This record gives sequence, C-alpha cells and structure tokens, in this order.
Amino acid sequence: MALTYPPELHYTATHEYVALTDDGAVVGITAFAVEELGDITYVELPQVGRRFNRGERLGTLESVKAVADVYAPVSGVVTAVHEALVDAPERIAGDPYGEGWLVKMQLTQPEELQELLTAAAYQAQVGG
Amino acid sequence: MRYSPLWTCYQNEAKLTEFAGWMLPAQFGGLTLEHEAVRHRAGLFDISHMGQIELQGSAVWEYLNALVPTDILHLPPGQARYTVLLNAAGGIIDDLIVYAHDREHATLIVNAACTAKNAAWLRQHLPPEVAIEPVSQALLAVQGPQATALWQTLTPDTLAGIPRFGHGTVSTPWGRVWVARTGYTGEDGWEIRAAPAVGQALWRALVAAGVTPCGLVARDVLRLEAGLHLYGQDMDETVTPLEAGLGWLVDWDKGDFLGRSALLAQKAQGVARKLVGLVGTGRRIFRPGYPVQAQGQTVGRITSGTLSLSLGRPIALAYVAVPWTPLGTSLTVQVREQALPATVVKRTFYSRRA
Repeated sequence: MALTYPPELHYTATHEYVALTDDGAVVGITAFAVEELGDITYVELPQVGRRFNRGERLGTLESVKAVADVYAPVSGVVTAVHEALVDAPERIAGDPYGEGWLVKMQLTQPEELQELLTAAAYQAQVGG
Repeated sequence: MRYSPLWTCYQNEAKLTEFAGWMLPAQFGGLTLEHEAVRHRAGLFDISHMGQIELQGSAVWEYLNALVPTDILHLPPGQARYTVLLNAAGGIIDDLIVYAHDREHATLIVNAACTAKNAAWLRQHLPPEVAIEPVSQALLAVQGPQATALWQTLTPDTLAGIPRFGHGTVSTPWGRVWVARTGYTGEDGWEIRAAPAVGQALWRALVAAGVTPCGLVARDVLRLEAGLHLYGQDMDETVTPLEAGLGWLVDWDKGDFLGRSALLAQKAQGVARKLVGLVGTGRRIFRPGYPVQAQGQTVGRITSGTLSLSLGRPIALAYVAVPWTPLGTSLTVQVREQALPATVVKRTFYSRRA
C-alpha cells in the first residue's frame, strides 16, 4: 500500500508532522514512521501545559521492533494530549494524520514552520 | 546478501529485513494478525536461511555423540533431538536439531549465522571418513493448531503417523519432500525441506489452502512466548547449558563428550548466574541489554524481550545472579529512565493446550 503525505502538512526529518488548525497545531508521526515501527505497543505523552523547545523529546513510542522518541517539531506549549492512545496505541497506525494524533500545541515560534519540510521534500527524503 | 529460494513467492508481499546475511520477510499482514494465525490456525514461515548440514559415514553417530552433551548414540531412524554443540570449556557453539536417517546418515539443522562456524568445527573434530556437506534447499515451517490438517490436504501420506520430533518423507503433487514435526513457535507444526521449485509450489499451495504467511517479527514473539532460546542473544560461547537453563540436555551417564569435565566442575561448584524468565506489568518492552536490578544493584541483563500478545504483558529472558533467580523473586528492570517491576517466572511463558 502506498504511503501518503498530505500536502497541507509540515514535516520533520525525524518523521513528525504538524497540521495547522484555527487555534494552534496538531502533532503526530508520519505514515512512514508508522510503517517502519510496525504495530505500536506503548505510547508515552507529555502533560498538558508543558513547554517544549523545537527538537526536545516530546514523547516515546514503542513497537515490538523498536523504541522511537518523538521530538517537538516546533516550539510551543502542549494544550491537549491524545490520552486514548495510552490504552489503544494501535489506533495510531490506522490513521496517523487523523485519529492517530499525539498532541496539540500552541506555537510560540510560528516562524519555525518555514524550516520544516514540505510533503514533497519529506517524501523525497524517505524515498516514497 | 543472500536470497531464499522462496524469495520469488513473497518479494512483493512482505516487508523485508536483513538477518544473518539473508534478506528475509520481517512481516506480511502485521504482527498481531500473524501471531493470531499461528496460535489459533496456521502460519507459514520461510526458514530457508537455516543451515542444513549432512553428515555421512560409518560410525557417524559415535563421533557426533562425542561433540554434544545429549545421548544421541542410539537415536532411531525417523527421530530427532534438540541439542547443542559445546566447546572444551562447556560453552555453547550453537543449538541445533539432529535428525537420524540411518546408522550412517545424520542431518543437522543449525542457526543461519552459525552455519559456516559449525561446518568448520565439525571438520576439525570429526575424522575424515565422515563426509560433511552443507546443503541449501528450501525450508518451510507450517505451525499452528491447524498446521497438520492444512498440510495434510497436500499429501496422500498420513501425517498423523509422524510424532512430535519425528520425521520422514512424504509425497506431494510436485514430488517427494522431507518433513519433520518440529518448530520454533510452541505450537504443533512441521518443517518441510524441498528442492527450490518444489518449495515454491508448496509455499503457494499452502497459502492457497489458508495458511497465513508470517515473518521474523512474529517468529521472535512466538518463540519467546514458548520460552525457546535464540542463539546469539540468549546464549553464546561464553555460557554453558547449565547457565542457559539447558541442563536437561546433559546426559551425565552417557560417557565422555567435549566439555563434560568443565560442566562437571561447574555443577560441583554451582553456577553463578542463570537464564530466567521475567514477566512485567504495563506495556513497555524489556529489551536486550537493559539492566536487571535488585536492592538498587545491577544483578543481571535482559537478553530477549517482547510484549507477549498471548499474555498481554511484557516477557523477557535475562541472565541473573543466582541469589535472585528463584521463581517469584521480585526484581526491577531499568527501562531507560524508569525502573519497572518484574517477577521471575518459568521461561515457558506460553504453553499450547494439549
């Protein structure tokens, strides 16, 4: 099955995405990351209100194959975390850009978005 | 990089991985689906990477018997035994299954990564009159509670007549193949050896019959749930069968074998560490190399670990210092920044219903 990278999202070289919304941004991991990890067995997410600088460890995902840290793709404050994933981490794989979102953030340095990858650039990087 | 003779059957359907110099399927439909198939129906594995070594010659059994701790001198034709090759210090060179064809012919199925090492070791320790021939045929494993019934649809010979750890040849529409009732999943099942073209036909026919193709990721979870060791992780040349929980392979009364005096000395002195089973809580996996601790001190290390899909809990094998090895002992495993509780349990985490 071909992996998809929606053109309206912003991507990082470490396989996170940022989706801009009316009141902030939604952060998750890409279809490529999901495919590489295989069945996700454990999700660790930050607390609401925590402030992250771009590149700081935001959380951790585990599959039977590997442990993968998730990094803050942009600087900001966590406004919501997808708690339902803790008991059902497999929901990330089914819909990484929708039902599989990890956290919502209020951006503190919106200009950082310009340094993220476009869908085409990200896809070229992962060889899609 | 080597490719299995069955490569052509699945190259477009599997996610691939490198293992012991081979490009092999890591995953087909997904771990959960593949695991479920093997535990409840039947799964199909390409194990053509495993080393196959033919030993032929008069007195082959006398000579081979001297290199393993298990008494295989009178292994009857049609039967197989699990055992290990030991060095003089009692260290494990490899684990293997030895199959008896007749009084002058044995087959060894060994770990892929150890095939060349084993062949060299055997050449060094067996006399020239024993011919040592590595072969590379297709090897398929059909495993699961319905494995026998589904495999039976492809042969007119009665599979039920072959017991666990028995083997023989059977007919198929594509020719005769060698089958053994052995496996690495904790389920009933079969390992089949065939010429490449026959193996390919069998692979496709078994899939068509409803057997689910499975990859190495599922295979690792299944073998660990069944408490089966993986060479290179759970044992190597620096550990003995007594430390690795394989004392049951040692037949002390069989007479001399390579490594016996070292094992006797270790037995008299008592082992300092043992391979134990650990079960945790939650969902975090205890991975190879993670420290095992008691009272704030590191007392061991994880060698294999996974999230058991059968139990819904983390399971692991670890070498642990002897005062901390009794069943029920409470330990912790350092999982990155967290110390998580773990309990020593029997290594057979999962047993199939009889």
